[in-house]
Amino acid sequence: MKLTDYEESIRAGDLGEPRRLALEHQIKVGQFFDAEDLVEISQVHLMADTESLGAAGVEFLEKVAGYPKDQRCTMVPTVTDPRGTDFNAYKRMKQQDDWIDLERRAIDAFQSLDVMMTDTCINYQVIIPPVQGEHVAFGDTGSSIYTNSVLGARTNFEGGPSALAAALTGRTPRYGFHLDERRRGTAHYVLETRPQDWADWGAVGGIIGRDMGSYWEVPVIDGVDGAPTSDEMKHLGAAMASFGSTPLFHMIGVTPEAPSLQTVFDGAPPDPVRITRADIDAFYESYGVSDDRLDVVVFAAPQLSLFELQRLGHLLDGRKVNDATTLIAATAPEIKKAADRMGITAQIEDAGGILLEGVCFYQMYAREVGEANGWKRLMSNSAKIVNILGGYGYEPVLSTMERCVDSAVAGRIV
Amino acid sequence: MADRIIQGHVGIGDTVTGPALVADDNFSARYDLNRIDGTFSREAHKLYGESYLGKVLILNIAKGGVATAWMLYEMASRDRAPLALVLNYANPIMAQGAAHADFPLLDRFDCDITAAVKTGDRVTVDPAAGRLIVHE
Repeated sequence: MKLTDYEESIRAGDLGEPRRLALEHQIKVGQFFDAEDLVEISQVHLMADTESLGAAGVEFLEKVAGYPKDQRCTMVPTVTDPRGTDFNAYKRMKQQDDWIDLERRAIDAFQSLDVMMTDTCINYQVIIPPVQGEHVAFGDTGSSIYTNSVLGARTNFEGGPSALAAALTGRTPRYGFHLDERRRGTAHYVLETRPQDWADWGAVGGIIGRDMGSYWEVPVIDGVDGAPTSDEMKHLGAAMASFGSTPLFHMIGVTPEAPSLQTVFDGAPPDPVRITRADIDAFYESYGVSDDRLDVVVFAAPQLSLFELQRLGHLLDGRKVNDATTLIAATAPEIKKAADRMGITAQIEDAGGILLEGVCFYQMYAREVGEANGWKRLMSNSAKIVNILGGYGYEPVLSTMERCVDSAVAGRIV
Repeated sequence: MADRIIQGHVGIGDTVTGPALVADDNFSARYDLNRIDGTFSREAHKLYGESYLGKVLILNIAKGGVATAWMLYEMASRDRAPLALVLNYANPIMAQGAAHADFPLLDRFDCDITAAVKTGDRVTVDPAAGRLIVHE
C-alpha cells in the first residue's frame, strides 16, 4: 500500500505504539482487499459491547489505555455503539455481577482513549449524521448501511478492532464502499406493494438481504412511490444488512446516488426481482409458530427513535402488560432523556414495560439473559432481531408493533 | 494420491493443518455459534449441532453483523475459535477479526470452495500463499 510521509511516521512509531499497531492492522486489512492507500475519515462509530469484547477484548483496551495520553487518544470524534448492560436495569434483566464489572472496566478504558460513550446504534439519527461523500468508519451494520445508502456518505463495515484503529490513525484503508466503482448497482428489485409498517420494511430488507451473494452486492430498489421515513429506512437497511451482510442499497428517486436506473447501473439494469405483498406475508410466516405461548416482547435492533417510542407509549397508555409476559424496549441515552422529559417513559413503564438505555437486546448477553428469565418465545417488530436471536436459543416471531403490544397485554400471541 | 492445491487470494494469519468442516451455508460468529461450548447453535444452519473446535471451517460467505471482529479474538483467547476460516467470499468483518486475532483466513477461489472440499478432508490453509491444500 502507498503510504504518505505522515503515515510512514506513524508506522515508524513516531506517534507511539498504539497508533503504530493500529496502522499495521490497517495495512493487513487493506492488503487483504487490495487497497492502494488509506483515506482520511472524519468520525468513527465503534462497537463496544462487552458480550463481543469479552475479557480478552477489555484487557486489550486496557493495554492501549495504559499508554501516555498523546499516544492513546483518538484523532477524530469517536462514538460508541450500544453497550452490554444498562446499569439502571441489570438486576431486573437478571444480568450477572461479573458482566457489570467488565462493563465498567471497558467504559473506563474507552473514556481514557477520549471515546465518547454515546452507546447508540442510531448515531445517524441521534448524534451527527454524515453528509454525502464524507468518508467515515462506522461499526454497526445498520448504521453503516443507512450512512452509505440514505446519506450517501462512505464507509465499510468497521468491526471493533478496525474502528478503533481508524480512531487512532484518523484514516482507514481505501477499499470497498469508499470507491466509486464499488457503489454501482448489481441487483435490481421492484417493490410492487407499499410496505405499511416498520416491520413490513424490515421484511423487505430481509427478503433482499437473504438474496445477496456477498458483501460486494449492491441492490437497487425501484417502484417506491414517495420517500420512506427515516425510521422506515432504518428498518429496511438494518434487516438487509443483517440478513445479507449488505452495506449499501440504492432506492431510485429517493437515495442521493440513485436519481434514475440509468445512473446507478453500468449498462442495462438486470431483470428485476418483483417483491409483492404475498412475499412480505410469506416472510412473516417463515417466523410462524404452532401455539400462542409468549414470554417476552422486544422493541430494539435498531434502538428506537423518539418517534417510535412515542408510538409505543401511545399503544401502551392506560394498559397493562400481562404478568406472564415481559415487554422491553431499548433506545439511545439521549433519546431516553427526552422520553423521560416528555412523559413517554412513564407511559411505557406505568404499563409494566421496561425501557432500557444505551443497550440493545441482542448485544446484552441475550442467551444467558433468556435462560435466567425463562424466555424462549420472543416477539418483535424488528426483522433484524428475529434473524439474530434464532441462534441464541429463542423462538422468534415477527409482527407489527401494534400486534406485539396487543400480545404483550394478552400474555399470548394474538 | 497427490495433494490438491486450490488457489485463492492472499489471506491473513499463519499456516495451519487440520480436518475440514464444510457446508454450503454462510457464517457469523454471533448469529450461528454457541461460543461457550464451541458448536453451531442456529437451528437453520446446515452445521447445526456440530462442533467446530479444531476444524478448518469451510463455508460460503460472511453474513450478519460486525461482532465477529471482536469475537474471533475473544474466542481464540479461550481456545474456542475454529482452527481457520475458509470462505468463498469474506467480508471486512472477517478480515478485521482475523487481522486482530492473527487468525488464519482465506477466500476468493476460482471455484466454489464448499463443493471442492468435503467434511473430514485433511487440509492445509496457507494464507501467505493464498492456497488451500487438500491432502488426498
